[in-house]
Amino acid sequence: MSVDTQTVKKIAFLSHLKIDDDKIDTVGAEFNKIISWVEQLNEANTDNVEPLVSVNDTKLTLRKDEVVEGNQADKILKNAPAAEYDYFVVPKVVE
Amino acid sequence: MSDITKLTISQTLEGLKNKQFSATELTKAYLQDMEAKRNLNAYVLETPEQALAQAKVADTNYANGTPRTLEGIPLGIKDIFCTKDVRTTACSHILDGFVPQYESTVTSKLFNDGAICLGKLNMDEFAMGGSNENSFYGPVVNPWHEERNLVPGGSSGGSAAAVAANICAAATGTDTGGSIRQPAAFCGVTGIKPTYGRCSRYGIMAFASSLDQAGPIAKDVKDCAILLQSMSGYDPKDSTSVNKEVPNFTSFIGQSVKGLKIGIPAEYRPQGLNQEIADYWDKGIEILKQAGAEIVNISLPNTKYALAAYYIIAPAEASSNLARYDGARYGLRIDGKNLDEMYTNSRTSGFGAEVKRRIMIGTYVLSAGYYDAYYLKAQKVRRLIQNDFVEAFKKCDIILTPTSPLAAFPIGDKTMRESPINMWLNDVFTVSVNLAGLPGMSLPIGLSKDGLPFGLQLIGRSFDEETIFKTAAIIEQEAKFERLK
Repeated sequence: MSVDTQTVKKIAFLSHLKIDDDKIDTVGAEFNKIISWVEQLNEANTDNVEPLVSVNDTKLTLRKDEVVEGNQADKILKNAPAAEYDYFVVPKVVE
Repeated sequence: MSDITKLTISQTLEGLKNKQFSATELTKAYLQDMEAKRNLNAYVLETPEQALAQAKVADTNYANGTPRTLEGIPLGIKDIFCTKDVRTTACSHILDGFVPQYESTVTSKLFNDGAICLGKLNMDEFAMGGSNENSFYGPVVNPWHEERNLVPGGSSGGSAAAVAANICAAATGTDTGGSIRQPAAFCGVTGIKPTYGRCSRYGIMAFASSLDQAGPIAKDVKDCAILLQSMSGYDPKDSTSVNKEVPNFTSFIGQSVKGLKIGIPAEYRPQGLNQEIADYWDKGIEILKQAGAEIVNISLPNTKYALAAYYIIAPAEASSNLARYDGARYGLRIDGKNLDEMYTNSRTSGFGAEVKRRIMIGTYVLSAGYYDAYYLKAQKVRRLIQNDFVEAFKKCDIILTPTSPLAAFPIGDKTMRESPINMWLNDVFTVSVNLAGLPGMSLPIGLSKDGLPFGLQLIGRSFDEETIFKTAAIIEQEAKFERLK
C-alpha cells in the first residue's frame, strides 16, 4: 500500500508535528519505504491467532479509591512553563 | 586514572568493608576519572555534590558497622530514570530543564540500599535508537579505540560506555528492543534485561510500555546479579510489576550446568552471518559442552517477522506515550497563536528526527482504517513469536545466541545513515526477547580481529534469571575476556 502526500500531512496533523512543505516528499518516500517493509507481516499466517496484548497473565489488582498523595500543587507546577493561582497557564482557548 | 575505579562491585564492597579505602575516597576517584573522560560524552549531567553527600553517609554506616547491601557503590543513572531534584530529560530537547519532584522506584531502591549517584548518563532520545547518535546532547564515543570514534551502541550507550571506561562502578539501563544488551556487547561489558514485570517501571519515562524493562549494565555477571537483586520487586505503583519473590541471584553463580539443556536456534545463523561472530558463538557452545551441558538444536520459526512486528508495536505505544509532551505542563514550550499551535510548535522543535518518525508511524498504524491491518496483525505475530519460545523451552532450559550481528561501527556511518531500516536491522537478535517478555543477558566473549568486543546472548524462561546467571558465569569464567583497564 502506498501512502500519498495527503495522508502524510494528515498523520503529521494527528501527531501535532509540522512538516515543511518542501520536506513532505522526502518524508513521504521514507514513510512508504518503512510501511512496505513492515508489510512482510502479511506473509505470516495468523488465522485463529489471538492478539498478544500483555506478556504477563497477572490480573490487575484493585485498590481502595482514596487519596494517597494529595495536596502537592506546588510540586506538580514546579516544572510548568507558565503557572498562576495553582493552575497551568496556556494560550486562551475560549474566545 | 585511578586503580580503585577498575574494581568490580563485589571487590569494591570488600575494599570498603576492610577499610582499604573510604566511600569518599572512592567517590572522589570516580569524579576525577569522569572529568578526565569527558571526551566520551557519557554523562549528560554530573552530580558531584550529591555523590559526596551520599559517600559521607556511607562512611558513617561503615564506621558504625551497619553498611547496607550496596553501601558506597558509585553508579551512573541512565537519563530516562526520574531522579528527585536532579534534571532528567531522556536526552530530549522537549524535556529541557525538567527536574522531577519524585524518584523512580528502581533508583530509590538502589539508593536505599546505599548506592551513590555520580550523574545522569547519555542515551538515544527517549531510548529510540541503537547507536546513541539520536541524543540531543550529542553522540557518545565507545571507549574501545577512542581514536576510531565508534558508537557505543544504544539506547543505553552512555551506560555501557561509562561502565567500560570505569567512570562508574555500574549503571542502570532500560531495554525495549535490545537497549541494554546491544550496547553492553558493543562496549565489552555485561548487561541483563530481566523478565517483563521483574522491575517496576514507575518513574521511568515510557517509550513502549508493554516492552520496556529496566536492568543493570555492569563489569561482570556477579555485579549484574547484585544490582538486579536490589532493583527487582513488586511495586504497587506499577500495575505490570509482578508480585513474585525475588530469588537470591548471586547464589546461582558458581553452580554447575551439568545436564542443562542449551538451545541453539537455527534461525539465528542466517546466511551471511559475520564469520567472526559465528565462530565466537561456537566457542560459547563449546565452553558449555565442556562444562557438561547438553546442546539442543531448536527452531524459532517466526524470528523473521520479529523486527517488523516490533517496529509496529513499539512506535504505536510510543505515539501514545509521547502525546503527553505538549509544552503545557513541563519541558520546552514554543508559543503559538493558539493552544493547538503551541502544541505543534513545541513538539516540532522539541523532538528529534527518529522520535518524530516513530510517532508518525505509530499514529498511522493506530489510525482508523489501518489498525487491523498493521497493529492487530503485529499483535498476532507477537503471539506467534511468544509461542515459538514456549515450544522451544519444552526442549531446552536456556537459549544461546549472538547479541548483535555487528560489532561497534563508526559514528556517522554511511550505511546506517542511508535508511532508518538499516539501523533497525541491528536489533534482529534482541527484539524477540522483548516481544515475548523474557529475560536476556549479553556478556562479552572476545574481540574481533580489529580489536572490537563481541557479545553472546543468553535467553531464559520467564522469571528464570537464575539459569541465566548460572550459565553466564560459566561462559565468563572460560572466556577470560579482558575488560578495559
